[in-house]
Amino acid sequence: MLIKIQNELPEHAITPPEVYAARRTFLKYGLTTTLTLGSGLLSQPAFPQLGQAEDPAKLELTPLKHIQNYTNFYEYSYNKEDSSIWAQNLTLDPWSIEINGAVARPGHYHLEDILHRFPAEERIYRFRCVEAWAMVVPWLGFPLADLLKLVEPTSKARFVQFTSVLRPEVMPNTRRSSMLIWPYTEALRLDEALHPLTLLAFGMYGKPLAKQNGAPLRLVVPWKYGFKSIKAIVKISLLEQQPISSWSLAAPKDYGFYANVNPSVPHPRWSQATERLLGSRFFTPRRRTELFNGYAEQVGELYSHLDLERNF
Amino acid sequence: MLRFNLWWVMMITGLLPFCGLVLKIALDNLGANPVQAVHYYLGLWSIRFLCLSLAVSPLRKITSWKWPLTYRRMIGLFTFFYTSLHVFSYLVLDHALVWQNIAQDMLESPYIFMGLCAYMIILPMAITSTKAWQKRLGSNWKKLHRFVYLAGVTAVIHYFWQLKGNLAEPLLYSLIVALLLGFRLVMRYKK
Repeated sequence: MLIKIQNELPEHAITPPEVYAARRTFLKYGLTTTLTLGSGLLSQPAFPQLGQAEDPAKLELTPLKHIQNYTNFYEYSYNKEDSSIWAQNLTLDPWSIEINGAVARPGHYHLEDILHRFPAEERIYRFRCVEAWAMVVPWLGFPLADLLKLVEPTSKARFVQFTSVLRPEVMPNTRRSSMLIWPYTEALRLDEALHPLTLLAFGMYGKPLAKQNGAPLRLVVPWKYGFKSIKAIVKISLLEQQPISSWSLAAPKDYGFYANVNPSVPHPRWSQATERLLGSRFFTPRRRTELFNGYAEQVGELYSHLDLERNF
Repeated sequence: MLRFNLWWVMMITGLLPFCGLVLKIALDNLGANPVQAVHYYLGLWSIRFLCLSLAVSPLRKITSWKWPLTYRRMIGLFTFFYTSLHVFSYLVLDHALVWQNIAQDMLESPYIFMGLCAYMIILPMAITSTKAWQKRLGSNWKKLHRFVYLAGVTAVIHYFWQLKGNLAEPLLYSLIVALLLGFRLVMRYKK
């Protein structure tokens, strides 16, 4: 099922059929098989060369090579290109996710068991980093809500906290003192977590996620700044109280709990009014950032009673 | 003869980072965000040349060499050259002269405001760098050019404020600026 979220996404931005074919293969053989098969089958997906959009408001898919070589993954490195190299040292197999807290069915779930249970969907979402760059990503995943329904949150559950993998032996920055406390954690309000746009992604461009992009499973919350979309999840906790996530803990004045994309609430040290689309060339003006990253129609209601300036 | 050769060596060395940038652009070797890559590159070389120009007089005092002083103006003008390109890349390459965006960006981003301050300090120094201006301003010329210390501090703050995480690099440059300014304070105190 393809959910077209953005009306202004041009026709040619939709994933070409070859990739869909690849995706079917991918789903048929499952994650592990595709990882080995993938090198032969999927290494050269025939994407049409997308030219520069005349209208900067028109969005097109960001090329995979840019998405894979411009990543913030501070556990590995502060440098966006180095982190892509270091991340390759992470082993993904076996992988299980602990689900605990206010749920009827807590436990350690094997990744394969989770992935087999839910049909994969392709979702083309905008992604907006708090550093004022942006991209458009064709994710493969399933709604977080589906997983949460499976584990049955109890009536006490009000927040969902996510924890990233922490392996100091392959993550140089976690071995020395750095500004964040590891493991990296993020959290959502339960209604945000249950929103149909909120995705757990395991793939991109019809292929398994690259390690630097958060393999094997990551969160995607398209209306929030990128740091909310936590990578390489190992734990999901249903909580009664609002937890403090990694960036809020490190710099509470700079990063709030919500981190909704909002052009009229600047970061204390830089404007959030515009964004630079990855891959765009010189002399291309920045894009004007939209409230909730363009998803106001879908998610605005979640915040109708909230002062967005205070709850940044 | 030696002096002539040294002039060319300094000139070519100063232009090497610029040639490196032209090469990077020509080879499309700038990654996913080429606009930002160019902007950072120019900013980095701006602060490096600023540090170099601040290092001239301490170097002369320590080594009692005379030649560095001869090239202080050139190093200063290279600083101005790279900062000007840095400002140009912000206004033209990045914002494509969309003034509405630029104005809002400057008002909402303290780090850009800091950078603008640093440039506004350097600009009159570059304009008055000629011998004619030096004569015309007399003793005021030295006073005006002492503002380079303020430019150093402002540039370092500008560097710090735009970053989210890794502060190691700006820390290195603030340390260098602090050492170079500290050296002058110590010398003054000794007198």
